[in-house]
Amino acid sequence: MTQTETASLIGASKKRIDAREKVTGEAIFTDDLAFGPGLLYGRVVRSPHAHAKVLRVDTSKAEKMPGVRAIVTGEDSGEHIGLYLKDRYIFCRDRTRYVGDPVAGVVADTEEHAELACRAIDVEYEPLDAILSPLDGIKPDAELLHPDLGSYVVADFIDPKPGTNIANHFKVRKGDVSSAWDQCKVIVEREFTVPHIQHVPLETHIAVARVEQDGKIVLWSSSQSPFAQRNLIAEAMGMSQSDLRVISPYVGGGFGSKAGVSVEGIAVAMARKVPGHPVKMRLTREEEFYCSFVRQGLVARTKVGAAEDGELLAMKTEYYWDAGAYTEYGVNITRASGYSSTGPYRIPNVEADSYCVYTNHPVGGPMRGFGMPEIHWGIEQIMDIVADELGMDNAEFRLKNCLQGGDHNVTGMLMHPIGLSECIEKASKAIKWGVDEPASKPGWKRGKGLAIMWKAPAMPPNAGSSAWVRLNEDATVSLGVGGQEIGQGTFTVAAQMAAEALGVPFEWIKISRPVDTEYSPYEWQTVASRLTWSMGNAIVAAAKDARRQILELAAAHLGEDIDDLDVRDGQVVSYRSEETIPLKNMVVYGLPMEDDQGWRGGPIIGNGKFMPSYVTSLNNETGQGKRAVVHYTTGCQAVDLEVEVATGKIHMNKISSAFDVGKAINPDQVHAQMEGGIIQGASTAIFEALVMKDGVPQNPSFTDYRIATSVDIPDEIETIIVEVPQDDGPFGARGVGEHPMVPTAPAIANALSNAAGIRIFEMPLTAEKVFFALEEARKKESE
Amino acid sequence: MSMHEVNIEVNGVQYQRYVQSNMTLLTFLREELGLTGAKCGCETGECGACTVMMDGAPVNSCLVLAVEAIGAEIVTVEGLAKDGRLDPLQDAFIDHTGTQCGFCTPGILIAARALLDRNPTPTDEEIREALRGNLCRCTGYVRIIDAVKAAAKVEA
Repeated sequence: MTQTETASLIGASKKRIDAREKVTGEAIFTDDLAFGPGLLYGRVVRSPHAHAKVLRVDTSKAEKMPGVRAIVTGEDSGEHIGLYLKDRYIFCRDRTRYVGDPVAGVVADTEEHAELACRAIDVEYEPLDAILSPLDGIKPDAELLHPDLGSYVVADFIDPKPGTNIANHFKVRKGDVSSAWDQCKVIVEREFTVPHIQHVPLETHIAVARVEQDGKIVLWSSSQSPFAQRNLIAEAMGMSQSDLRVISPYVGGGFGSKAGVSVEGIAVAMARKVPGHPVKMRLTREEEFYCSFVRQGLVARTKVGAAEDGELLAMKTEYYWDAGAYTEYGVNITRASGYSSTGPYRIPNVEADSYCVYTNHPVGGPMRGFGMPEIHWGIEQIMDIVADELGMDNAEFRLKNCLQGGDHNVTGMLMHPIGLSECIEKASKAIKWGVDEPASKPGWKRGKGLAIMWKAPAMPPNAGSSAWVRLNEDATVSLGVGGQEIGQGTFTVAAQMAAEALGVPFEWIKISRPVDTEYSPYEWQTVASRLTWSMGNAIVAAAKDARRQILELAAAHLGEDIDDLDVRDGQVVSYRSEETIPLKNMVVYGLPMEDDQGWRGGPIIGNGKFMPSYVTSLNNETGQGKRAVVHYTTGCQAVDLEVEVATGKIHMNKISSAFDVGKAINPDQVHAQMEGGIIQGASTAIFEALVMKDGVPQNPSFTDYRIATSVDIPDEIETIIVEVPQDDGPFGARGVGEHPMVPTAPAIANALSNAAGIRIFEMPLTAEKVFFALEEARKKESE
Repeated sequence: MSMHEVNIEVNGVQYQRYVQSNMTLLTFLREELGLTGAKCGCETGECGACTVMMDGAPVNSCLVLAVEAIGAEIVTVEGLAKDGRLDPLQDAFIDHTGTQCGFCTPGILIAARALLDRNPTPTDEEIREALRGNLCRCTGYVRIIDAVKAAAKVEA
């Protein structure tokens, strides 16, 4: 037998393995689980004040209400909790810091009874002045929202400033910015703002917790972070991690909001009061808008200088993040935005200060892009303005200045090979860049714009993944992963990678789910677009481990050299003797030895792990270091749009998108991520803002907080895959889940500028805002 | 709260239950019948995740009381497949990757089924219009629209 080529599963657009159960209604989400008649329901009393002292919580009336089984307050909800900075309690104690901060919880036999009892809880507050902007929060005389900041437990790469409202300050000092300005032909300085927005998963946050007979706790939650939840809640409750079991069925949309801990801690605190009973905590849509996480607001001040030939020389940036009352992930978004503050550009002189500032707004959490959509809103507009002032083509300007493999980036890290230039060329070509085209209707103006981006997985340097590959009697393969299917298609690409590395058909791989911390292998979290890459590396390692065991067994059985053997299409093949052994049976029962001398082998299970070992720390004063992150994914989007002069309404003719994904394990899924990201990005660009007034969200409903619907999408979307292999990725892959929404908003803003000569620096580009900007431009023109 | 006898036909099966007058059709389907395909996304008729067919028309089942559905014929996502064969829309959603997280999918399938039942050859614009009450945060709608078009072609 000669070695034949079989079609690789890598780069194959396999259909989603979860599609059938999702279209039949069989897919189980947390709220679909049945808990029987013992199920109790939790509801929460939330602070109506943005900032207040809690003087008294009187639960006596509520305790006597019908159906009430338990009441929880700050006193019985454990110690401080938080991912990078432990700065909050599950239920507040002496102080509330945002509208919606949980003060007390009721457990009752029905949701209605719990709600009625919540209304009977009498809380006496002393309202305090609220900090409603990071620019106010950072003032030296600002009231301290966390006077105990210095005593909070914090990760070593986060730098809080006790005695201020700064939860983290990340600095970059590279080259000499102050002397570089003199060499610049063009210097542009602008301020950009990004409002709070909501992730809006269609499934609201939900968690069910039950204390078992032995005192252990089981938590069912819709979660991107079952292991992180186990770790953080166990620590806060003073339990062993092994005494908390988190089971997480399918997640009905996450986008970051279901990472870390929010409603799950509340469910556990409630369940501890009623052992034996499951307690369900499900957020209403109104609560979802401001009581879980929101995307942080941002004020960005940026100054950029370039030489006459268009070469970028200097950049100075200040980011003031509106972290909200507590920071969960916000402190690390602050850091990530600092070490990515130049965007994907080669700039020799950089000064950046990124501040995470406590305010009395809802808690800032991670959202798809982890700070990158927010900072690229400014970066990519200011780069356009610089190019315009230089009289350079916006695409040419980017091609001239964008990072290439071999460059040293803003933190001094040597850039790995990237295909950003190719992305710029392909995305711009797809919308006929450089060709002026007329508007389709009278009264409309047409324009084109583009934006580029970069993003690295932002996580602790030692965030790890693990996987197991267990072979069954019929040679199907159970694949254990701790990463979560949140819609991004991770189970499908996980199966493809396992099948390829093991040598079995794709259809033989069965994902062991739901993710259950009791049985599933450890995974840090389903965030940062890191699963294909990090979990993928662990899966490949596990499959190779199983494969090695199979080959060793076959080699002993056949009396052949292991190097002459292979696993292909579900059987062991010998390239020397041309013998074959089907995996069926041998992978569990082993193989008989000659002359009835017994058996060899046994049930095969392969294990694999991955943890990046090469990420280094950064200098506290300069932000410089050898390798700040594992790698960056880069890409470009280009927009062809029209704007109606009479209304300010934007119509998108076409959006093109090109990303360098290293290697597309499943091209169809990559295209699907790009499409979804574009629409989410366009939705945030044009519609979305959680409007705050004195800390009170004004539009917590789908009627008042509009997201893109089926009638709001561009006429055409073109998505393009670029593949420059990633050396530390499985089969050369790197992540692309978050990235497609990063450049969309600034690309739309740049196209709007091209169409109508207007610039709007405050997101979003609502029709009203665009209309008034058009009016102003017209007035100026006629003057 | 008074209790009512409710007789409803769901996916071709007749059910009889005694429920409170304020129970929604969505809660009735999910908790009384264990049909958890229809999802609760907002409870205010804004997201479409709970869409079911009531006498052939798509409704937000969170806005319909169970007692209002007495005598009605209801079809949920669980009722789309017949005799072990998927509805052409379900096949098309699989083939065109019309689902990601899957939470909005049951409602969208029902809304699309209702569209094709009354208009077997919809234009792109008619499809977009028919689905505008069904929010999806993952897919960007492109493949959903492609899938509905493909299913229409199969049924033609």
